[in-house]
Amino acid sequence: MAKTPVQFRLNGSDKAVFVDGGDNLLNALRRGVGDTSAKFGCGQGACGVCTVLIDGEPRLACLTLAETCAGRSIETAMGLSDGPSLHPLQTAFMEHFAAQCGFCTPGMLMAAKALLDRNPAPTRADVVEAISGNICRCTGYEPIINAILDAASKGSTAGAEGQGRARV
Amino acid sequence: MTLEVKTFGLMSEAATALASDRAARFISGGTLVMRAINEGDTTIATLVRSTDASYRQIRAEGSRIDIGAGVRMVDILGNRDLTFLHPAARVVGGPAVRAMATVGGNLFAPSPYGDLAVALLALDATVSVQGGYGGAQQMPLEQFLAGRDRGQAGLVTMVSVARLANPEAFRFRKIARVKPKGISVLSIAAHLPLSGGRVTSPRVAYGAMAPAPIRARAVERALEGRNLDEAGIASALAVAAEGTSPATDALASAWYRREVLPIHLQRLLLGQTG
Repeated sequence: MAKTPVQFRLNGSDKAVFVDGGDNLLNALRRGVGDTSAKFGCGQGACGVCTVLIDGEPRLACLTLAETCAGRSIETAMGLSDGPSLHPLQTAFMEHFAAQCGFCTPGMLMAAKALLDRNPAPTRADVVEAISGNICRCTGYEPIINAILDAASKGSTAGAEGQGRARV
Repeated sequence: MTLEVKTFGLMSEAATALASDRAARFISGGTLVMRAINEGDTTIATLVRSTDASYRQIRAEGSRIDIGAGVRMVDILGNRDLTFLHPAARVVGGPAVRAMATVGGNLFAPSPYGDLAVALLALDATVSVQGGYGGAQQMPLEQFLAGRDRGQAGLVTMVSVARLANPEAFRFRKIARVKPKGISVLSIAAHLPLSGGRVTSPRVAYGAMAPAPIRARAVERALEGRNLDEAGIASALAVAAEGTSPATDALASAWYRREVLPIHLQRLLLGQTG
């Protein structure tokens, strides 16, 4: 069966990829354009490890039909850092030991970014709610929650914009 | 396996395509269909989708509110006319799922999923189902859910609910082991209009207490004309589990679900938290 071309913006850059019918966005990102930051976990929408932002909203790439992403703006954890300069959320995750095995980290970062983009001063309850769809089996969540609150207190979104990347 | 994806501008065209292909599934938010594809469901050969704008609209005019089947949980949470549905929409998955999952899809979510459908059932919602040919047919949600697992034909295009005279008369509880996001051990929705302090024409619905959301008719009969106090609800609690057939799954046994149902029904009817 013929492949379908799909064009979208990925972390501020135009991308084009051919997808098979029924392909999910996660495959298109990982196999199509080589962005392996979003991971395959459960494939059922339960773990959140494939969380990306589509037009600013958190979505699960494994459950998103790739063809529906034509013309959309997609953000992944790959686009957070600016070369050696980490995004404030990444810095906070590092400083708070919010990653152990690290498999959940890309999804956690994007879920956190979705929160801080719309709510720069979240409460602890807001943070817990924002990452409620993301499973971490290592940290016990507390370091992750503290890292997100710390990034928020230091002005995560403002810091990212200040770095001049088309990431927010 | 490569699937064929067909996109249509009108829901009627999508319904015709669905009706003509037994291996076709309608895809909207993707939380059910893409999951099946990821699991290797070989019964799906064609994905049908629609870009019909009406499918994603909320129209709050007059005494009823029409909710397009493609309206997502986040759309409900952002709509002031649907404030009474916020407690149910808020407990569907995490933020990413709520940005994808649709009202129409929730009507097909297998137990113990489908919390919003439980709320809609207690609100006496009606469902518009577009068949392969002809116009859309309206039916009570209860009738739709009763036939859901028999594979009745048609494409759900819209759900309609009456605008509530008193939104506080509507209550919803989801019982889950994990907070804030957990799969339902069970869920209960109730519309309890009061007249002179007594309940009139109550509607009570359960989720995860049967293969699809069900009305608790024995409870409704027992509540009719009663006060919402401990004495008034006692007879309703005694028949709380009547007509239920819960499953045993990884979250809870059927026995456990029946055991805790009256406790949570009591808390809901008395307006207690916890």
